[in-house]
Amino acid sequence: MAETLEAGLGVEDIGTGKLFMDPDPDKAREFFRGKSRALTDKVMSVKEAVSRFVQDGDYVAIGGFGTNRIPTAVLHEILRQGKKNLGLSGHTATHDFQIMAAGGVINRVDVAYVVGLEARGLSKAARRLFEEARIEVCEWTNAALAWRYKAAAMGIPFMPARIMFGTDTARYSAAKVIACPFTGKKLLALPALYPDVAIIHVHRADKYGNAQIDGISVSDLDVARAAKKVILTTERIVSEDVIRGDPTRTAIPYFCVDAVCEVRYGSYPGNMPYEYFSDEDHLKEWLAVDSNPETLEPFLEKYIYGTKDFQEYLELCGGEHRMEELRRLEFLEDGLGAS
Amino acid sequence: MDYNAMELMICLAARALEDGSTVVVGTGAPCAAAMLAQKTHAPNLMILFEAGGVGPILPTMPISVGDSRTFHKAIMASSMPDVMEACQRGMIDYCFLGGAQIDKYGNINSTVIGDFHKPKVRFPGSGGANDLASLCWRTMVITPHDPRRFVEKVDFITTPGYLTGKGAREAAGLPPGTGPYKIITNLCVMGFDDETKRMMVESIHPGVSQEDVVKNTGFELLWAKKVATSEPPTEEELRILREEVDPMRYIIGRQAA
Repeated sequence: MAETLEAGLGVEDIGTGKLFMDPDPDKAREFFRGKSRALTDKVMSVKEAVSRFVQDGDYVAIGGFGTNRIPTAVLHEILRQGKKNLGLSGHTATHDFQIMAAGGVINRVDVAYVVGLEARGLSKAARRLFEEARIEVCEWTNAALAWRYKAAAMGIPFMPARIMFGTDTARYSAAKVIACPFTGKKLLALPALYPDVAIIHVHRADKYGNAQIDGISVSDLDVARAAKKVILTTERIVSEDVIRGDPTRTAIPYFCVDAVCEVRYGSYPGNMPYEYFSDEDHLKEWLAVDSNPETLEPFLEKYIYGTKDFQEYLELCGGEHRMEELRRLEFLEDGLGAS
Repeated sequence: MDYNAMELMICLAARALEDGSTVVVGTGAPCAAAMLAQKTHAPNLMILFEAGGVGPILPTMPISVGDSRTFHKAIMASSMPDVMEACQRGMIDYCFLGGAQIDKYGNINSTVIGDFHKPKVRFPGSGGANDLASLCWRTMVITPHDPRRFVEKVDFITTPGYLTGKGAREAAGLPPGTGPYKIITNLCVMGFDDETKRMMVESIHPGVSQEDVVKNTGFELLWAKKVATSEPPTEEELRILREEVDPMRYIIGRQAA
């Protein structure tokens, strides 16, 4: 059957990259068949969530957009717990990638955007991983990873798209070219991406994991549905009444979610829409120290390994006073000098 | 009136955007160009950001293409797949890109210098660049002009220009009628020759010579039959750019090359 389909569609193997995750929808269905549907209290500490739901070797997807609505507390905890050999979806992974690279916890990555922090510059620690060939790499694009999540969320093995043709990005990906059975047009087949675990920071969630996101959702609706396990961090845990009072706003339903951790300022030093802006000074410091392992190590020791939790990190970064300044920046209360 | 190269590049990019069209921008100069266009000849230009911001009223320059500013008072706070799918449907007219290297067909490298498996320099990768250049109707590039950037052969084609020439995009499988439109540098404005799809100089900035352009380009350029002098910024454009678009001089205070 598979052969007939292949012959009929004229599959062309253009990608030489490694497919890290199995796109088979029936294997995924078997997993989801066994996943709990119970409406139970999933509130726990970040420490417990990472210890229970992130295993060495897992493939991780991170919500948000690099320095915006990122689950920083969980990433720090992954470093503290010394997780090893993680895979990562680099779907605009900027400060999140920088943390994982600095901690040496990843050994393979699907790249759409990594290493850079947009206009702020490139992370040398992240670059070293590639330039010293210490990481397995497969190239994609932002839309490719977004649609790979979408295929998984839909429970289908691939998504056709009209991107990447003719480029080295395709050559170093694991995509294939097929012919459309209706129009005969060339299509790029993007394999479904079912991450082992997704980590997503949201504005509010109830104790079961029903979650709301304010502002852009990036790819997180699909990420939450595609992943086998989901850890949510949330600015606030709210009552079930808040969710049921406005169900239009539920972005992620509880049955996708395994852990709910309340982490106020959880996206710091990233931006959290309608809450606080990014701490550009702290991000600059990160970029400065990670240029050299000798300055990076004491920095990580001070802010991550030497702290017991995210609250301690926030205190080291200026605590409530600094958070209040970032709230003022978010709401442009001091004019337009928001950087 | 005095102006710097960055201000000129932003004005030239802004003028290329038609009123009533749609554009996906990044941070920096492209964003400034789109804002300037909105405040001059193109009040109905709609700005999108790839992370999901649709039709914002930008209060200031975003730092990230996914930060809060990118959907400030927007029409919609949407998602990455939604914006990319609008591009794939054919609804998005322009996108703006940059990169470490560009060749004569407008192919762009933002992935690696050197060997892919053990690169001399690793850059971020495609991000949304390959997607936007594949799917938007017209791709614009704002970039410094030097021979390290404008090369005969890019080390890695991250993002498709015209690939190997006329018809190559379509043959490879990309949607017809798309491709690079204008390359705006600190020296000149280039388009692409209809027959060969090679980069062609259309106008040279005031005070820049043909030799300057040749010297700073690592491949043979084509020249339009009549190479114009780029129109400098008007007083009005400069006023809006300096007072309303970028009062903190985040972008226009930068070196253009």
